[in-house]
Amino acid sequence: MENYLIAMAVTGCLYALMALGLNLTWGLAGMVNLGLVGFVAVGAYASALLTVKLSLPIVVGVAAGAVAAALTGGIVALITARLRGDYLAIVTLGFAETIRITASNEIWLTNGTDGLSGIPGPYRGTLGPELYNLLFLGIAAAVLAIAFVFAERLAQAPFGRVLRAIRDDEQVAAVAGKPVTAFKVKAFALGAAALGVAGALYGHYTSYIAPDIFVPLLTLYVTLALLAGGRGNSRGAVIGGFLVVFLLESARFVIPLVPGLTAVQGAALREFLIAALLIVILRLRPNGLVPEPRLHVEIPGATTDSDLQLS
Amino acid sequence: MGLAERVIQLLLNGLMSGALLAVPAIGLTLIYAVLRFPNFAVAAHATVGAFAGYVANTRLGLPILPSVLCAFAVAGLLGVASDEIVLKPFRPAGPITTAIASVALTVALENVVRFGFGNELRGYDLPIARDWRLGAIRIGPQQVENLAIAIIAVAALFAFLGSTRTGKAMRAVADNPTLANIKGINADAIGRLASFAGMGLSGLGGMLIGLDTTIDPLTGFRTVLSVFAAAVVGGLGSVPGAVIGALTVGIGEELSLLFLSPEYRSVVGFLVILLVLTMRPRGILGQRAY
Repeated sequence: MENYLIAMAVTGCLYALMALGLNLTWGLAGMVNLGLVGFVAVGAYASALLTVKLSLPIVVGVAAGAVAAALTGGIVALITARLRGDYLAIVTLGFAETIRITASNEIWLTNGTDGLSGIPGPYRGTLGPELYNLLFLGIAAAVLAIAFVFAERLAQAPFGRVLRAIRDDEQVAAVAGKPVTAFKVKAFALGAAALGVAGALYGHYTSYIAPDIFVPLLTLYVTLALLAGGRGNSRGAVIGGFLVVFLLESARFVIPLVPGLTAVQGAALREFLIAALLIVILRLRPNGLVPEPRLHVEIPGATTDSDLQLS
Repeated sequence: MGLAERVIQLLLNGLMSGALLAVPAIGLTLIYAVLRFPNFAVAAHATVGAFAGYVANTRLGLPILPSVLCAFAVAGLLGVASDEIVLKPFRPAGPITTAIASVALTVALENVVRFGFGNELRGYDLPIARDWRLGAIRIGPQQVENLAIAIIAVAALFAFLGSTRTGKAMRAVADNPTLANIKGINADAIGRLASFAGMGLSGLGGMLIGLDTTIDPLTGFRTVLSVFAAAVVGGLGSVPGAVIGALTVGIGEELSLLFLSPEYRSVVGFLVILLVLTMRPRGILGQRAY
């Protein structure tokens, strides 16, 4: 049971990391990403291949996973920068499917649908399973903490302000002299890097990855996590990540209590409930359960909102 | 088989699969033209249509033609209901939020199908027929029947848009919703009609694609990339564009078999999307609905 809880905490950290990555692109910069699972897969495969086939250290693998995901993210953003958001939705969805199909079919490299097994984990051999789980929880939590601090700083830095300006009105940002495309590409690359790290860590934790893991459903889960926490809000993204894992796991315990369901029906019911929940939250709280805090900039001598209300 | 014959065979296959693809692509583009968001739920509606046709065909013992009508009607009615209940409230929040909701809707509907039918592959009850041969070129009679159904469906839609009053009203809403509103056209009713026709065509297309192979809860999702590719290539929102786009993507996917393995078919769709968006962001025919 303890092991299970620790494993769920690790999963929670990874979901929170993915939600942070999505927040950077969708929450801050307003660029939708319906194929985030593709970047997770790029990071996971890059790290797994480098550590399994070339026996490079795990740290190098994870870093390479981040770089690989960032590069692909940058390219996707560059191609779609001039296009409206609905095209970005289509392209990102297509990108994720392309990655999954490639991973399923380039058997010489990825071992196809059988997946890659034997991905090394830090000190997996020397520690027992319990200590290993704890160690990995420490690593995942540390990575999440670093990403969180980075994301918070970034959101408040001029960089984050420009991203919000682009999200709210791209033309105004361009007129104000901001190189919109460059900012979009950077934001997308950074978000993709966080997704790639999450994927790489997942592979090292479980020692096994396969194309089946990187399905569109995961994209929905992470989108749900960010929405549940609140778009544009790093703290919300982290809370949302843990909340979604909690929901998914509770469903795993509750659904078998429904009598007369086959395993397939149970799984279908679970996925249905998650999708329905996403629709309900999106409907009732389009900006998430904890919306982005509005920044108030004091301008000396200017009339503030409260002054206007008084007059 | 020589290379020339192989190319001819692939062109022929591409033309036929492109014609089938045109049906859901028109459905998608019609909904985009009127309601102005990319509705990813065409995937689930294609699956629902395929299964509705399957039930009519194997459980009720109907022949293919009435089963296809069943697929159209069930998917169309579901399309109106799901749009009214789930997607319509999202429209004020913008096309992207609505698109995300439509992805969630697709997953939800897909799982309803999975709940009822399970994951196994199912086939329609078809009469066994020998392929026709012309030298080394082969054509299946069922493929020809599918092609005929697709052509009739597309022709019916063109006739509806081109020569009925309601069809004109739909084009007017697609062209300029404000102006259409001033002229007293009920945009809500037109929206419902677009959902019915669009999702009905998706369902019909899902069944036609299933007739070629087998169906399972992911039938729609597997083809959605090609469907979107077809609509984007032709110009999202343009009905004739969707036909041209579908034929382009269909032929492109088949010709890719000359140098790629068949699993990469839908990747070809994605590459075509990228190519078109880089060179001609509004598609071949641009955005005019008709």
